[in-house]
Amino acid sequence: MSNYAVGLVIVFYLAMLFVLAYVAEKNQRSKWINNPYVYTLSLAVYCTAWTYYGSVGIASSSGISFLAIYLGPVIALPLWIVVMRKVIRISKQHKISSIADFISMRYGNNRLLGALVTLTCLFAIIPYISLQLKAVSETFSLISAKGSYESTGFLDDSTFYIALLIAVFVAFYGTLSTDTSKHKKGIITTVALESILKLAFFLAIGIYITFYLFDGTTDLYNQASLQENFKQLSSFGGLENGFNWLFTICLSFFAIFLLPRQFHVAVVENDNESDLRKAIWLFPLYLLLFNVFVIFIAWAGNISLPDTVNHDYYSLLLPLQENNYGLALLVFIGGFTTVISMIVVSTLALSTMVSNNIVIPYGFIKTLVEGNPEENTKRIKNIRRVAIFLLIIIAYFFYIRFSAQLSLYSIGLISFVIIAQLAPSFFLGLTWRRGTARGAEIGILVGLAVVFFTLFLPIISQAAMPNVKFVEEGLFGYAWLQPAHLFGLDYLTPESNAFLWSMSFNTLTFVGFSLRTKGNYRERNYAEMFVNHENYGNLQEGGFIWKGEAYVADIKRLLSRFLGEPRTNRALRLFNKKYNISETEERADARLINFSEKLLTGSIGSASAKILLASVSKETPISLVEVLNILEESKETKASNKLLREKSEELATMAQQLKAANEELRIQDKLKDEFLDTVAHELKTPITSIKAASEVLEDEGMPPELRNRFLENINRDSDRLDTLIHNILDLEKLSGNRSELDIDQHNMSKTIQKGIKGVEQIASKKNIEIKFSKKEKVFAAYDEDRILQVLTNLLSNSLKFTEPDNGRIKILLEDLDNQVLVTIKDNGRGIPEEDKDYIFDKFYQSKNQNIKKPQGSGLGLAICKKIVESHKGSIAVDKEFKKGTRMIFSIPKEQ
Amino acid sequence: MKQKKILIVDDEPNIVMSLEYAFKKKDFEVFIARDGTEALDISEREKPDLILLDIMMPEMDGYETLKRVRENKDLTHTKVVFLSAKSKEKDVEKGLKMGADSYMTKPFSIKKVISDIEDLLG
Repeated sequence: MSNYAVGLVIVFYLAMLFVLAYVAEKNQRSKWINNPYVYTLSLAVYCTAWTYYGSVGIASSSGISFLAIYLGPVIALPLWIVVMRKVIRISKQHKISSIADFISMRYGNNRLLGALVTLTCLFAIIPYISLQLKAVSETFSLISAKGSYESTGFLDDSTFYIALLIAVFVAFYGTLSTDTSKHKKGIITTVALESILKLAFFLAIGIYITFYLFDGTTDLYNQASLQENFKQLSSFGGLENGFNWLFTICLSFFAIFLLPRQFHVAVVENDNESDLRKAIWLFPLYLLLFNVFVIFIAWAGNISLPDTVNHDYYSLLLPLQENNYGLALLVFIGGFTTVISMIVVSTLALSTMVSNNIVIPYGFIKTLVEGNPEENTKRIKNIRRVAIFLLIIIAYFFYIRFSAQLSLYSIGLISFVIIAQLAPSFFLGLTWRRGTARGAEIGILVGLAVVFFTLFLPIISQAAMPNVKFVEEGLFGYAWLQPAHLFGLDYLTPESNAFLWSMSFNTLTFVGFSLRTKGNYRERNYAEMFVNHENYGNLQEGGFIWKGEAYVADIKRLLSRFLGEPRTNRALRLFNKKYNISETEERADARLINFSEKLLTGSIGSASAKILLASVSKETPISLVEVLNILEESKETKASNKLLREKSEELATMAQQLKAANEELRIQDKLKDEFLDTVAHELKTPITSIKAASEVLEDEGMPPELRNRFLENINRDSDRLDTLIHNILDLEKLSGNRSELDIDQHNMSKTIQKGIKGVEQIASKKNIEIKFSKKEKVFAAYDEDRILQVLTNLLSNSLKFTEPDNGRIKILLEDLDNQVLVTIKDNGRGIPEEDKDYIFDKFYQSKNQNIKKPQGSGLGLAICKKIVESHKGSIAVDKEFKKGTRMIFSIPKEQ
Repeated sequence: MKQKKILIVDDEPNIVMSLEYAFKKKDFEVFIARDGTEALDISEREKPDLILLDIMMPEMDGYETLKRVRENKDLTHTKVVFLSAKSKEKDVEKGLKMGADSYMTKPFSIKKVISDIEDLLG
């Protein structure tokens, strides 16, 4: 292909990234951007050109050892989640924006340590970025047609311009806000998309090679096994190799935490802690998919391509050999996109570190303190932009000058070994309170020195001083001081050797110096806070512990320089409101100091923030005892608060229950009163009648006929009184316990027939037909007398309310699975709609039974209900039935 | 002397029967109603001197009936006496407060009812 065409594709692709980042920034809140998948995909920035091209190269020459670098993160991931949760919480609380900030804050906002961490990262990452550029450049020339334009210097080298375009991209989207802890949605979205693209294209080429160029994996295996060095390529090697595996796995395990770009995407850009739960399985899956075809592509390359070509680029060379330019272009773009995302996130993270941990604390604090907010914002942004361009340009020249001989894989590993030097101060810092800044600094320096001696010296001396023999013979002629085989261990790869010894010395010096030096109170405070994070989260404003003298006005002035007047005022107003502090308070307390420090940390880094605040306050040292006391107090306060809260909740629940019980009692009481009132009234009526009648009977001149009628009345009222008393007693008895029931197996069909017989006389008098289609044997357990009472009552009601002669009553008996259902239906006048809800209440008699009260106590249906319910059954009136009354009751077959 | 008109309002026919007999014996002209609505109809027509009114009745209760009677300008001279089984002090108070001329409780002595009513009618 013409390199102009390829160049055009690149420009077009970069333009697309700009647009995507722009759209994402515009729609920051969209759920397309804020979800655990984007988060997990952004973690896949772990896979660089080293993965995309380098893995194939290493697989083709040394077999499956390339896998170790991916097994580390996969194995580490459960632990990663646990540690990350803590790191994310601490980082959010303190607006930490880089790994350098994190480590420097842990050791008391130590400025020197922050700078040292930054330098370490620069050493590790700049060569790595160079290698990414190298990959772009080499693949670019592979895919461009032979004989097309070749560059003669950087000014006409396309890679240089690509690097510049990337720098413009990062400088623009990476510095939209001065607050570095602010999320960069635009960049993260493009990184996530790139993670999809690189995986998709890599899988595409893997499938193409395995299934189109070859006849599947078995075919590839068979052909590859004919190669002379196949056995070595497909086995794990012996114990020595096992150590190499182990160290590489450890190395990648550390890298997933410590690489600036990983820290950036995993911690700084984290929106939601729960995203981690998705990442725990999705990220390993991603790595697995990425590695599925590596070995097959490597085999295919070994089989089909001459040994002289660069093994790293098999995935590009194989389709080119087949003249499949389309696919080759896809592979190229996949590689290109991989490179871009790595460079973008790395330079973003590094530029933040360079500005916040080196440039500002060491050179610009004074200028910034004197400047006004607009100038400061501009200055801070410019520092970062310059840093971004410088980083990329340095990386470019490093590539031009040094990287000709090194493979992607080895530079990647060297980078990991350097980054691993941060591991002791990072991991031990999270768990061990005694670690001090001095220990961390010396540990890192010693570790770096060992890396320099064991890894770089051999490379440099080979290149620059070929006649110096100490690399082969050992320093000063001592064999045990051979850089690549320190202390006589001669079976490790150079990287494993460097890793083993640098980590050992680093850790030992870190621990040793930490034990010997006593950190200042600030280091100890932060140690306590980082290690004992759960506790210190209880303290207000992130549990900042500070003692001293400061004035609100000074702090306000300082904040205004960076945030501007309006934002400062707003922030302070919110702060005062949150802690209920008076606006006129002149003295600043620990909370305000910490709050301000956090506000500044986002913009200028924690070390500078500390220095600035120290300049406006007079801090007095605070002893560890005091610190521990404060923490203990807050813990106790929290515990006792919790206890109090629980107690008060308990009391509230109890009060609620009491209130409910009281209400229930009150209702019961009222119901009882009403019941007694009604009973009294109902009893008084026949008594009144009897008393009145007997009084008028005293009149001796009363005609005998009338006298007889009065006597009859007295008789009937006495009966009524008797029924009433009987029913009341009955009802009260049923309200008690079930032991009154005489339960036995009965045939409901028979019981119904008995019931019909009981009312037969009245029915025939009114000439009303009672229909019942008999069923043999519908057995259930019940008290027959009681159920008979229900049936009689219902039938009597039906008879009472149906017209003589054309009245019809129908009984239906249904045998259901575990209950029997009895329906009594009549064509009488029915129950008025408004009464249907109340007919089962005691003494309820329909208002519409005007004029003549039917004979009855008003307790019949209430008793029926009690009886049915004491059989665990239910009774109801069919509200939908309009052509009369339809009463239904059911009782379970088993009691 | 002109015969006094008395309206007995109660939904219990047996009680009404005894009262009717006793009042007729004392030479009252007796009218019977079984609920409030009927009572208002008869009052409108007969303008009784006194209404003996039960409280707990279907349709329209005694309180409502009393209210309607008091609202009727034609019945200003009509006296109303409650005769109810509601015998608590607060029931009596309520009845009098609503404007009844007297309140008698059930069960009652017919002789006492008649003598009280004769006193009331002067």
